[in-house]
Amino acid sequence: MKIRVNADKCQGHNRCCAVAPNLFDVDDFGNAFALNDGAVPDDEKANAQLAIDNCPEFAVEIVED
Amino acid sequence: MQERKPVESWETDYDIFDKQYVSDPFPIWEDLRGKCPIAHTERNGGSWLPVNFDDLQAFVGMVPELSSKEPIVVPPVDVPDEEIGADGGAPPITADPPIQNMYRRSILPFFTVKAVAKHRPYTEKLCNDLINRFHNTGKADAAVDYAQQIPPRVIAHMLGIDENRTDDFTQWVRNVLELGLTDIELRLKYRKVIRDFFFGVVANRRKNPGDEDLISQLIASRVGDEPLNDNQIVSMCNLLLVAGIDTTWSSIGAAMWHFASHEDDRKRVSADHGLFPTAIEEMLRFYAPVTMARVATTDVEYNGVTIKEGDRVLMNFPGACRDPKHFEDADKVIIDRQKNRHIAFGAGIHRCAGSNLARMEMDVALRTWFERIPEFSLVEGGEVTWAGGQVRGPRNVPVRF
Repeated sequence: MKIRVNADKCQGHNRCCAVAPNLFDVDDFGNAFALNDGAVPDDEKANAQLAIDNCPEFAVEIVED
Repeated sequence: MQERKPVESWETDYDIFDKQYVSDPFPIWEDLRGKCPIAHTERNGGSWLPVNFDDLQAFVGMVPELSSKEPIVVPPVDVPDEEIGADGGAPPITADPPIQNMYRRSILPFFTVKAVAKHRPYTEKLCNDLINRFHNTGKADAAVDYAQQIPPRVIAHMLGIDENRTDDFTQWVRNVLELGLTDIELRLKYRKVIRDFFFGVVANRRKNPGDEDLISQLIASRVGDEPLNDNQIVSMCNLLLVAGIDTTWSSIGAAMWHFASHEDDRKRVSADHGLFPTAIEEMLRFYAPVTMARVATTDVEYNGVTIKEGDRVLMNFPGACRDPKHFEDADKVIIDRQKNRHIAFGAGIHRCAGSNLARMEMDVALRTWFERIPEFSLVEGGEVTWAGGQVRGPRNVPVRF
């Protein structure tokens, strides 16, 4: 599984970092990006889904299932 | 508040200051959702009221068609520019792009998760000190003695201003944002009080800069190549004070009210503090406090209505947070809710810049209370009044323990 944060949509709510801290981080302005080029290990798939389901901007996207 | 004319129809004559709307707006929104999801009123200068999540998401994206220059829920008062302040008086919330982005980037670094974590020890000590004042009495007003005391002190701490003037700050903010909404003289008077206060602070801080405080850092910062002028800094301080106080205490107060009046949820959280992260998001969703406004800069056709240039649109984020299309059992509090895409902090380019600070304050306030006072309940027959309009929250929450 591979994910990304759509930078045009992200407004820095930081929900992805809260629910999936191993998959996301933010820059100095609070805008999120995916760690490890978006790669999601199997044991983090549930957290990736949480990040998708909790983003108010629908900014967390699946690149590859 | 003075007596108001009864609402004839919530679809065509809604009144956000109506007693029923303030105390229990949820059945009204539910009813509107089934009929005309974007209501209209001629009251308070006229406005439109969306209630659906998807409509709110559409409206936050309408930039520049919907301007944020006048984000309060009642019409602005016609006053000279110099009395308003820079870029609407409280930028970035009162500004539109591209200038909005300039202001936003200058404050966002102070409000990241990492940046606000630095204020956690202060907030923890503050919450413990507040509880010490009433801990041995077995009773407290969890709104007045606790929730309302926290945000003004935290923001004063961040700005490096006198924390002992908290009661003044609180009174100023209420006179602008709560009582001042229906009393123009009061609103204007206290807007000036706040601005005069910060002009004094900024002048002083230019002479005696501090190392850590936000005002000194704003003075030292550059936007592009330019330093910020006093008017710009004062206007941003106005925002930080006004937007950071009423809102956060309303959320903390609403959460305290919920746990004081819902024993099952209180017991679950007391037994398992691991529930705090989802419980706090659910409190934010269920008791979302803030409604903002936009003004149309052009005619907007949307979902069967024509919003005319100059019309106000009330950004009913609390209503969106109860939309059953996006939240399963939307009218139930589910403290371990996993899917919670709420927009209590708004959405789009004006997403609350202080959301991480608010979440930190809520987290510390609730955890500290539950550690010290795990068993508490609402005083039977105790009167709980809710304030509303721009920011909805309980003004008193009498509890015993």
